[in-house]
Amino acid sequence: MDMNQYLDIFIDESKEHLQTINERLLELEQTPDDMALVNEIFRSAHTLKGMSATMGFEDLANLTHQLENVLDGIRNRQLIVTPELLDVVFQAVDHLEAMIMSIASGGDGKRDVSETVEQLKRIEQGGMPDKQTAGEKPPLEHAYGEFEYHVLQQAKEQGFSVYEIRIRLREDCLLKAARVYMVFELLSEAGEIVKSTPPSDMLEEEQFGQEFLVTVVSKTPADELRTRLMGISEIDGVEIAAVTVNEPTAKSGEQAASELPASTAFEQAAAAQAEAETVEKQAAKQAGKTIRVNIERLDMLMNLFEELVVDRGRLEQISRDLNHAELTETVERMSRISSDLQTIILNMRMVPVETVFNRFPRMVRQLARELGKKVRLDIIGAETELDRTVIDEIGDPLVHLIRNALDHGIEAPDARAACGKPEEGTVKLRAYHSGNHVFIEIEDDGAGISREKVLQKAIARGIVSPEAAAHLTDQQVYGLIFAPGFSTADHISDISGRGVGLDVVKSTIESLGGAVTVDSQPGKGSLFSIQLPLTLSIISVLLVQIAAETYAIPLSSIMETALVRKEEIFSAHNQPVIDFRGKVVPLVRLKDVFSVPDASDEGDTVAAVIVRKGEKLAALAVDSFIGQQEVVLKSLGNYLSSVFAISGATILGDGRVALIIDCNALVK
Amino acid sequence: MSASVQTDWKVIAFRLKGEEYALPVQHVRSIEKMQPITRVPGTARYVKGVINLRGVVTPIIDLRERFGFAPEPYGEQTRMIIVTLGDVEVGLIVDAANDVLDIPASSIEPPPEAIGAVEAAYIYGVAKMERRLLILLDLAKVLDQ
Repeated sequence: MDMNQYLDIFIDESKEHLQTINERLLELEQTPDDMALVNEIFRSAHTLKGMSATMGFEDLANLTHQLENVLDGIRNRQLIVTPELLDVVFQAVDHLEAMIMSIASGGDGKRDVSETVEQLKRIEQGGMPDKQTAGEKPPLEHAYGEFEYHVLQQAKEQGFSVYEIRIRLREDCLLKAARVYMVFELLSEAGEIVKSTPPSDMLEEEQFGQEFLVTVVSKTPADELRTRLMGISEIDGVEIAAVTVNEPTAKSGEQAASELPASTAFEQAAAAQAEAETVEKQAAKQAGKTIRVNIERLDMLMNLFEELVVDRGRLEQISRDLNHAELTETVERMSRISSDLQTIILNMRMVPVETVFNRFPRMVRQLARELGKKVRLDIIGAETELDRTVIDEIGDPLVHLIRNALDHGIEAPDARAACGKPEEGTVKLRAYHSGNHVFIEIEDDGAGISREKVLQKAIARGIVSPEAAAHLTDQQVYGLIFAPGFSTADHISDISGRGVGLDVVKSTIESLGGAVTVDSQPGKGSLFSIQLPLTLSIISVLLVQIAAETYAIPLSSIMETALVRKEEIFSAHNQPVIDFRGKVVPLVRLKDVFSVPDASDEGDTVAAVIVRKGEKLAALAVDSFIGQQEVVLKSLGNYLSSVFAISGATILGDGRVALIIDCNALVK
Repeated sequence: MSASVQTDWKVIAFRLKGEEYALPVQHVRSIEKMQPITRVPGTARYVKGVINLRGVVTPIIDLRERFGFAPEPYGEQTRMIIVTLGDVEVGLIVDAANDVLDIPASSIEPPPEAIGAVEAAYIYGVAKMERRLLILLDLAKVLDQ
């Protein structure tokens, strides 16, 4: 069967499952007893395993399988969730992610994961990762669930002994499953097997090392059991310990104790099932009913829709001319419906920032561990929606800023304690709408930015002159850290300062039509604020007329419009300039820049659009202003990839194309 | 295009300055009547501008001017042939377009030294069809800037 057609779906779904696993693992670290989380993680891992096996990605399937075993151990309360265990699990998830990324970029998804698999195996067999030295045995102890606890209690009351038996097979044992069978056979003759680690189905599949652990209730003395077990060939050693039955880990034992074991078991199973169902329902509720749509199809839908809007305009014109009541009514209805439709189509391109934010908790956890800092990440407003095109671009700058906050912002725990702050630092990642923009803020309660240090660096690097530096406001000084080649870190660390500075963050955000600012209070923390347009595909423009041609100027670069009398135009070095609020601003005649045909000389007054690029201004001379409008931004196509001073095009109400002026190219 | 030497060609035939030209049909999206074109400043003279082609902004090239012929006013027969090559979509203005033809590979010959005034550089070959002579264009070279 040709699997290629399913590859995209496989990759998408795998990413989703990994995301779920990541999120739930982080939650699990906070609430290690929440078995619903473990179940959810287990389900995702299980699906992932199945999918990758079907698609033929063996390494992926093997690693998920091993991961599943560990999760199963946690689920059956044989393993305890510790940060060390989670480290290994996260490591495995990282490998899985790398494999899927490799598959997504056309690779084979192969990766050497033997070390992680080994560690997972060690955990599975009850050992703690890394800490376990060779030869040291994990404690000979089972953790018992409520049901098992009651069985053991009752057995004791009826005069049985409870043993935990560790059986070690010989290294060269060929048929491990067969030996396990013989052990089980023998033990069930002598008594009752209550529990085994790993569980019996895994023992049957030979999914264990050389050892396994069983709990038996029996009236046979321990010594006799040992002798009998040693009688089975290929068994290297048998350790037997009598068990003192402790209270189960779950505390609700008393209430259940009055019930018969059988009914308890039944009810527990039912409860577990109900629990699984509610979890599933919750998950379904969260995901909502969605379908995946290729963004190209949405673009096509949008293009066709615009055609419809153009025709709507014509129809409106015709109905006005004809003045036919029924026609007018119908056209009005159509207009209303189509504008609703337009909103829906535009909203379809909107994606919650959650899709970007959800990778950060993981990143912060890992970075904090690497740096030896205590950091809590608060995410606020993850449901805020942004256009897909913006979402795709914003991830990397945010990664950079968050790394920066952890590395340079938040201090080490002892340094924080010395300042009287809580040891745990907080990084807030916040998103919200404001007007036509989305703001994303990264705020930390760390050391803040030292004005002195920034200035010293900036002067040393020649970014500002010492004279100019004296007059800068705090904001302007902090802004210097976005200058190319700037780094406040005294020495380059592994986390940030890898030669990619904040200047890249700034330029990426500016290329999206956004802006980034920084504010800081020494000792209190810093706030990086990113302002982004809601969407890149719709912008507000001022339409202007030059001779017979119509151009659009983005409102985002317009300061204001002005009518300039001819005698107010001066000349400086052959460049016409105007006086705009006491500032000399060059006047750019668009009809010359664009060599507009049939352009007449201006009359007594010139219509000028004052535009800015950073601090610099320019006045663009046009014939007249048409008005402000929201337009859909379109590219000129690949054939005309770069046209001077034109950033794109849009389609006007009459179906004609108008070009959008790139003011940045016109301001020198 | 060179890969298709062995196979027969299905082409769209069009007229330009009294000659008959052809483009492989798989590169042709549609044939459109003339419509308002928005001039794009600062582009080559033969780039007439862009049109709104069902919501997609599409550049338009005047093929006469691309080949260095004198421009003629557009008439009732003038058409825009929308062609695609890779990720580039462009409209070509031609005098008239109305024919779909099958050309057997055997009837295709390499371009002679000069056909009319069109530089041989834009031509893949010529095909003799009974009494017609079709000039097969090399679209990649026509669109090369």
